[in-house]
This record gives sequence, C-alpha cells and structure tokens, in this order.
Amino acid sequence: MRDQDLSEPIRQQVLEAIAARRPLRIVGNDSKAFYGGDCEATARLETAGHSGIIDYEPSELVLTARAGTTLARIASLLAQHKQMLAFEPPSFGGQATLGGSIACGFSGPRRPFAGSARDFMLGCKVVNGNGELLNFGGRVMKNVAGFDVSRLMVGALGSLGVLLDISLRVLPMPEAELTLAYSLPADAALTMMTALAARPWPLSALAYDGQQLRVRLSGAAAAVQAAARQLDGEVDLYGDTFWLELREQQLAFFQQPGDLWRISLAPATPPLALIGDCLLDWGGALRWLKTAQPADSVHAAAAQAGGHAICFRGADKTDWIRLDPALLALQQNIRSAFDPLKLFNPGRLQR
Amino acid sequence: MTLPLDFIQHCQTLVGVDNVIADQASLRVYECDALSAYRHLPELVVLPETVAQVQALLKLCSEHRMPLVARGAGTGLAGGALPVEGGIVLGLSKMKRVLAIDPLNRTATLQPGVRNLAISEAAKAHGLYYAPDPSSQIACSIGGNIAENAGGVHCLKYGLTVHNVLQLKLVTIDGELLVLGGSGLDAPGYDLLALAIGSEGLLGVVVEITVRLLPLQPQTQVLLAAFASVEHAGAAVAAIIADGLLPAGLELMDNAAIRATEAFVHAGYPVDAAAILLCELDGLPEQVEADSARAESILQSNGAVEIRKASDDSERKRFWAGRKAAFPAVGRIASDYYCMDGTIPRKHLAAVLKQIAELAEQYQLSVVNVFHAGDGNLHPLILYDGSRADDFQKAETLGGKILELCVAVGGTITGEHGVGIEKLGQMCVQFQAAELQQFHRLKHAFDPHGLLNPGKAIPTLHRCAELGRMHVHHGQLPHPELERF
Repeated sequence: MRDQDLSEPIRQQVLEAIAARRPLRIVGNDSKAFYGGDCEATARLETAGHSGIIDYEPSELVLTARAGTTLARIASLLAQHKQMLAFEPPSFGGQATLGGSIACGFSGPRRPFAGSARDFMLGCKVVNGNGELLNFGGRVMKNVAGFDVSRLMVGALGSLGVLLDISLRVLPMPEAELTLAYSLPADAALTMMTALAARPWPLSALAYDGQQLRVRLSGAAAAVQAAARQLDGEVDLYGDTFWLELREQQLAFFQQPGDLWRISLAPATPPLALIGDCLLDWGGALRWLKTAQPADSVHAAAAQAGGHAICFRGADKTDWIRLDPALLALQQNIRSAFDPLKLFNPGRLQR
Repeated sequence: MTLPLDFIQHCQTLVGVDNVIADQASLRVYECDALSAYRHLPELVVLPETVAQVQALLKLCSEHRMPLVARGAGTGLAGGALPVEGGIVLGLSKMKRVLAIDPLNRTATLQPGVRNLAISEAAKAHGLYYAPDPSSQIACSIGGNIAENAGGVHCLKYGLTVHNVLQLKLVTIDGELLVLGGSGLDAPGYDLLALAIGSEGLLGVVVEITVRLLPLQPQTQVLLAAFASVEHAGAAVAAIIADGLLPAGLELMDNAAIRATEAFVHAGYPVDAAAILLCELDGLPEQVEADSARAESILQSNGAVEIRKASDDSERKRFWAGRKAAFPAVGRIASDYYCMDGTIPRKHLAAVLKQIAELAEQYQLSVVNVFHAGDGNLHPLILYDGSRADDFQKAETLGGKILELCVAVGGTITGEHGVGIEKLGQMCVQFQAAELQQFHRLKHAFDPHGLLNPGKAIPTLHRCAELGRMHVHHGQLPHPELERF
C-alpha cells in the first residue's frame, strides 16, 4: 500500500458522523478486534490507508509515523539503524498497525526494564469528537507543556479520538543478547525473578512458562558474558524464538482452550489461588492465565492481591474489565471532554 | 480581599489552629516560589497533616468556591505555586513521611512532602535508589516533582518522573480519594497516572505516591571532553546517541558557564574551552569499560581537543561538582539571573545556541548555557540586574524569544520546569486555539469550577487573543510562519 496522508478525509468522515450522530468503529488492520468490549458501532472508520513514516532521525532517537503504518515496517526501518521499539509491542502476524498498538497500549517482555508503550509516546496528532485536528506533545523527549494528552491516548482504545500521526522515542538495539534458562517450580521461579530484578544485572526480560524460568541479558557483549558467567544458568539457544513467541502470543500456552486473562500485580505477589494454567512475564508483574473460571472469581482474586485483571481474549465481553465507580465517573467525564457525542468505538472501553 | 471568618474558623477546626497561617508576616513565606520575581500574598495558608484533612479541606473549598494552590517545597521555577488572588495555599510540607520501602517489589510509598533525595537515602540500605534527580533534589518535594513531571541529569537513560511512578492517590476538588495506577505496572482504563503527572496542580491534590526504585549501579564513569567550538560539542552529542550509546548523563556547559563554575568550585575545568561535555556511563564494570571506550573514540573523532577520564570516585565527583554548582556559581557573577527551560531536537543544538547568543547581544544581556544536552533540554541563564529599571522586563522578553525559538525548531517551551504563570504567553505559540480549548475541557472534567491552581499552566483563549505576553514588537508577530488564531 502506498504512503498517503488521509488526515483530512478521516476528519471529513468524523464531521459527517457528527452531523448524522453515527458512531464509528475505528479499524486499522483489525488484528486486535478480540480485545476490549464489544464495539457497538457498525459504521467503520478505516485508518490502515493513512500510512507512512513521516520522520525518522536515528541521532534524535525519534520516529514519527502515520497510524496505519505496520509495526513490521517500522521495525524493519529501525533495524537498519540498529534501533528498536523497546516496548516490544506484538505485531500479530505482521498485521498490527502503529495506531492500533498505541490505542491498545500493548507492551512486550522488555517492558519492566525499558518501559511501556506510554513511556515511549512523545506526541500525536488526533481528530477529536468535534472533528478538530489537534496536536499534543511533540518530538522531543522532555516536554511538560500542557496536559500529557498523548500518553492519555495510549490504551484508550480509540475512545478519545482517532490517532493519526504518532511520535515515539526509540532506543538503540543492545549490542548482544543472551538467554539463560533454569528449571524451577513456580514459587522458586518467582523468588528468583524478584531477587534478580533487585540487583543491577543487565536484564531485559524475565519470564516463567510453568517449567522454565528464562532470563534475558542485554548490553555490551563483555557485560552480557560476565553476567551470564556469574548467574550460572543454562544458555538457551532458542531464547530469541521464545521471546518472540511470548511477545506474539504464539507459545503453546496461548493456544490452549479457555479464556485468556491478563493479571497485573506487584511482581513479588505469591501465585494466586485460581484454577488454570499460568505464565509469568514482566518478572512476575504480569500473569497470563488460561482458565474456565467465572470472571467474578478472577477479578476478585486479582483485586484481593492488590492488582487487577483484564479478560484479554474471551467469549464473554460483558465483564472483561472492572473499574472503581469513582474512577469510572471521572473517566466518563474525560471521554465527554474529547468525544461529547460518544462517537468513537462506543462499548470498546466504555459507552 | 479578606476571607469570610467562618471559612477560616472551619479550616482551623479541620486541621487545628496551629496549622492555619493568617498573619501577614508568616504569610510572606508563601508569597512566591523560586520564581521570586512574581509575588502575591495568599489570604490564608493551611497545612494539613493527613489525607482525611486534605479531603475535608478540598470539600470545603469546593463548597465555598474557594480557589486554592497546592504547594510543596516551593522550589518550582515557573511560578506554579504562586498564590492566586482571593485564594488559599494548601501547604503539604507537613506530610513528609516515607510510608514504606518495599524491597521485594522495589517501590517506595511516600507522602507528598518527602524530599526527592530522601527517597534514595531511605532506599539505599536495600541497594536501591530513585532515579529522577532534579537539580533541586536536596530540597524539592516528590509532590512537586509529580506536579511538574520533573527531570534531571539522569533522564536521558532513566526517564522523567512519569516513567518512575507506579501509583498516586489523588484527592479531587470534591474531596474524593482516587487511586491512579496500581501496584503492578499498569491499571485498567485511561492512563490517569500519566495525565496527573505534570498537570501542575490543576486536576487534583496528590496525597500519596508510590515510586519505582532501581538497583544501584555497581560502577559509574565520567568523561570530560573539551571542545574548541560549541558546534563540535553539539555534533559530538548527536554522534554519541546515533552510535547507540545511552549515557546516564550527557551535560554541556559553554565557556561562560565553565569560567563561572571554575572560579566558584575549582573543579579543574579547562577554562579556555568553548564548551565541555560531561558524559556519565554506568552499569556493570564490563559495560562501563566498553561504553567508555566507545564514547572516548566518538568524542575524539568529533573534535574533542581534550578528554579526561575520572581516575577515581573523587575525581568523578569533582567533574560533577562544577556542573552541579553551576547555578549558584552564576549567581556570583550577576546580581540576578533568569533560568529558562526549553527543549529542542538535538540536531539544532549548535544553531540554537548561536541564535541565543545573537538575541542576547540584541538585548544587551549576557546568557550562560549549562544544560542536559543528551535530551536537548536547554537552560539558558539570562543575567540581569534587578536594581536597574527595565532590566527584568528585558530579561523576560529575551527569555520569551528563546522559548519561541525552541518551538520554531520543533521543540517545546518547557522540558522540566513547567509552564506555571511564566510561560503562559508561549503556550499560545506552541498550541493552537482548539488544543488549548481541549486542555480546558479536560481540566473541566476534573474541576468544573476551576478552583485548583486557576490561571496557571493553560492560558485562556482571551489571554492569547490579547497577545499580552507574546512580545509583539511594532505589531509584528514573532515567527510569523507559525499558524495562530
């Protein structure tokens, strides 16, 4: 698909939707249609055609691209300059677009050590629910002028506006990477992850798949080798594949039947008493759970442990997320501030 | 304006008589923050000690439609904590306890009045520290850091405040206590944590903060490189980043800054250099060794005339001593100075510094440059003499021009100090009317009556339309190529 700037046509579609009071379902390549609540809008607002890399300067560590640009294309360009999207977003078979990834706010295994999607967000151009083209943030790393609306857009599932152009901070690829593996039971793996993360090892991922704890080291080759010697684990020759399959949710764990829950907790939280298979990422701060247990039990167990649960892929979307009532009321006010007619993706995050 | 007696009495009942300041002499302490050129005596200062008191006070203010300004240590440099007319100041300095250090989860939970440096001091026993380190970290409070999304030398590698906070407890203007963020690395729904950080006290009052702690790095090395021109130093900064190095700190000082600091702390700086770069690298010894060698080679090939490598910890501290004392050092050579805070894309460093020098000459004022080169965050210090008529106004006009220059090259008017009242005029340069209106609608979603720190951070459209602070000269707009309304 050729690069094109569809900002104005997209804005026109929003203006028409405003005039007709017709809600819109914002769609890139639809690679994450499974995520979030059921969108109640039938009219589609296509963004995949709004694509292309607008600006990229390796010495600035900043890339600006249109929302419809695929992550695969961005990653390929960055790799030519030995740089990367350090939050490791999943590309879902190469289909994921930048806009969709930011709207969902997904981050991969490197997240606890490098930062999340929102941490790398520098600025964006959006169309709000009044049909206005707005620019927030910028292309520099330090910027505290005005409210941080750019980061607010991350994970908002399109409910605050249509993302058009996005500026992200990028990072250099590490010179070397190495994965160590340890066969351990779950509680010992959790203890080891906690201990490792408290020390200045050059870590870039810590995950436990139910059998093996994997530790990814990144940095200068000499530093990675020195750390590996001291940590005394078995070198996993297929480490790179493991991290890729974890990021892309292609491991066997993700193929099992049952709803897939994403539970966010303080990393040292002991295993939750929930029936099902569990995979630990982010050094224990992210727990993927495959279970047939009712939503109520999963939400309650996560809340009791001081965290929260989201039904990431599930048959029943009615109870996929829970918000504190006071926060929900505030979020509704914020939504109205951006999209007073509730045109964008109604039902996806909130009505 | 005098506040209604029943309001004052109600405040006294809520927090105790000793925690309410109403006499003129004591109020004087709160009339400004570190931007002391702007002062306004508050009507009343209230110093709550508990979350419940903050909730009750905000509810009271809401009922009385009483504007209020939350204040931490008062080290802000943009007038963000300047009292507003007819309003009260909510001082959070008595809420200064470190509530918990959780070494297993690597977090610290704090009251807003805890000093930035005190967090790392409390965490040190566990081999951990809090990374964001604003220059005022010995005095500034974490609550204020949240309000301004403060930065510091180590931001290039370790991020700003927003990257290092996990959870906030925020009291809304109605007195409701909200928990933003979570004990994990994210929370469901909108990222209100990111929105609250840097919101300059316009959305709520932060009463508890949980920050992320990092392991202390085993080794740190600092290189000091001298350059015969600022252009070469600027090019070296870009080359270091482009080569894939991510220094923990990358700071630039121009000749005026080198001379001022050398005279003050005798760090042994090369006083003839046009600019020096301080490049800090940290990590495992093997990482530091590899990075130092690479940095040295890049600095050399980009025109460094001299490179020194700190041979031990005391020399490393000496290299930093000058940089850290730069502001007081400049205070010795000028009766007053005005610190600016713009960020630019790094590639424009040399050109912008040149234009700043030209502007300084035009306004017949001296400018000293010492700044975070790694992230393009400039801090030109404009020297002036407050006792001379019009000198401050001249400094302020020059400062505004510098910020507008930052916007013109694709940067921003504030990197870490905030907008406060200082940069309201330049907000009208950086943002269009529709964007400012969106900010106001967002503010309204939290604070419908506009009671929290009113008149700060986000200019009214009326103000922008008046061009009051846009420094229009003979009717000519600065940077006419930029779209305005």
